[in-house]
Amino acid sequence: MKAVPHDRSAEWIRIHPLAVRITHWINALAVLIMVASGWRIYNASPLFDFTIPDELTLGGWLAGALQWHFAAMWLLAANGLVYVVYGIVSGHFRRKFFPIRPRAVLHDVLDALRGKLAHEDLSVYNAAQRAAYLAVIVVLIVLVFSGLAIWQPVQLQELAALMGGYEGARLVHFFAMAFMVLIVVAHVLMVILVPRTFPTMISGRARRKS
Amino acid sequence: MKRRGMDLSLAGYSAPQIQKIERRLFLKQGLSLGALALLSGCALTEDESVQRVLWGMSRWNDGVQAWLFDPNKVAPEYPETAVTKPFPFNAYYREAEVREVDPNSYRLELAGLISDAKPWTLPELYALPQTSQITRHICVEGWSAIGKWGGVRFRTFLERIGADLGAKYVGFRCTDDYYTSIDMATALHPQTLLAFNYADQILPPKYGFPMKLRVPTKLGFKNPKHIRAIFVTNAYPGGYWEDQGYNWFSGS
Repeated sequence: MKAVPHDRSAEWIRIHPLAVRITHWINALAVLIMVASGWRIYNASPLFDFTIPDELTLGGWLAGALQWHFAAMWLLAANGLVYVVYGIVSGHFRRKFFPIRPRAVLHDVLDALRGKLAHEDLSVYNAAQRAAYLAVIVVLIVLVFSGLAIWQPVQLQELAALMGGYEGARLVHFFAMAFMVLIVVAHVLMVILVPRTFPTMISGRARRKS
Repeated sequence: MKRRGMDLSLAGYSAPQIQKIERRLFLKQGLSLGALALLSGCALTEDESVQRVLWGMSRWNDGVQAWLFDPNKVAPEYPETAVTKPFPFNAYYREAEVREVDPNSYRLELAGLISDAKPWTLPELYALPQTSQITRHICVEGWSAIGKWGGVRFRTFLERIGADLGAKYVGFRCTDDYYTSIDMATALHPQTLLAFNYADQILPPKYGFPMKLRVPTKLGFKNPKHIRAIFVTNAYPGGYWEDQGYNWFSGS
C-alpha cells in the first residue's frame, strides 16, 4: 500500500456495487436490532441455563423488545429479499461466490486462523469469504423461517412441523442466531485486521495496488 | 491531510505504522460507536417518535395477523399423555394472590351489541353443550405447555345470547381486574372455548375459576381467566397488557 494518499497515479477500482453496499448496511442495522431485542425476548424465558446481560439488549422490557423485534423483522426480510433477488438477477452471486470448493475453503480458513490469509485484490473474495458470506445468507433465511414459525405456530403449522413444532422452531431460531453471531464476530475481526476493506463497503471503491 | 475527518498528521510514519494507527483508530471508533448504541438503547426506546413508529408497526402487525388468520385452520391437538404436569400458573400477580369467586352469587354479565343480555348463573352455563380440547398454550414469554380444557364453544354461546357476530371485538372484564379483547373472527373459531373445566375437573381458582376463555390460536395472555363480564363492541377495547405495549392481535 502506498504511504502517500495523494498519489494521482493510483487508479480506483470498483469493489462493491451500490445495491450490495446499501443492502449490507440496512442488513447490519436490522441484524443489530433483531439480535439485541431477541436477546431480551430470550431472557423472558431462557431456553438454557444462562441469560444475556440486560445492558446488551434492546427494548427495556419484554413488550418493548417484542415491538422492536416485530418491527425490524420487516426491514430484515424486505431488505434480504431485495439483496437475494439482486444477487441472482444481476449475476453478483455467480461472479462473486462461485465456484466454491470445500478444499479451498478449508485451506483459506486455516490460513486465516494463522493470520496468513492473503487478501490483496479486494474485488475478489477468497474461499473463506465465499463460504462465510454464503453461510450468513443461508442462516438468515433459516432465522426468518424459524422466526415465522415461532410467531405464527398455528397459522404456519406446516412450517413449524418441519422444525419439530413450536418448541423445535425455538431451538432452531436460537442456534441459527448463535451461528450467525459467530460469523458476524469473525467478520468484524477480519475487518479490524484488514481495515482498508472498511471504506470500500461505503465508497464501493479502492485504489488499485501498484 | 484529510483522513476520515480526523485531524491527524501521518507524515513521517512508515506504511506499516500507518496501518497500525489506522487499525487502532478504527477499533476505537468501532468500540465507541458500539458503546453509544448500547447505552442509548433504552433512551432510544423511550424516544417519542421511536415509540410512535414501534406502536404503528404493532398496529400494522395486527392487520397482517388478521389477514393471515384462517378461520378454518385448527391448532394441533395432542393425546392425554402429552399434557404438561403440573400445568404452570401464570398471571400478573403471584399464585398466593389468586382471587376466590363465590359460585353461588356469581353472575356472568353481558353488555354491548347483544340482544339478550341477561346475566347467567353457573348452572345455566354448565347446561350448555360441552366439548373439550388438548392444545398447546403458548406464552408471550416464549414457554409453552399442553393442557386439557372443557367448556362450551364460544361461538355457540355468542349465538345463544344474540351477539352481533358482525361486530369487530369481544371484550372481557375479570374479577382480578384483568381485561382483554379479541377480534370477532377468532371469537367464532371452532376451538375458541368458554372453558369451565381443566383436566375434566371444575376449573380450580389458579386456572381461572369460574371460567376462562381458551383460545389456542392466540398467545396465553389473550386467554382471560376469572371472567365476570363479556361485551361485544366496535370500539377498540384494548387490554391490560396490550395497553402497555404487547401486540393486540397476538395470534399464533
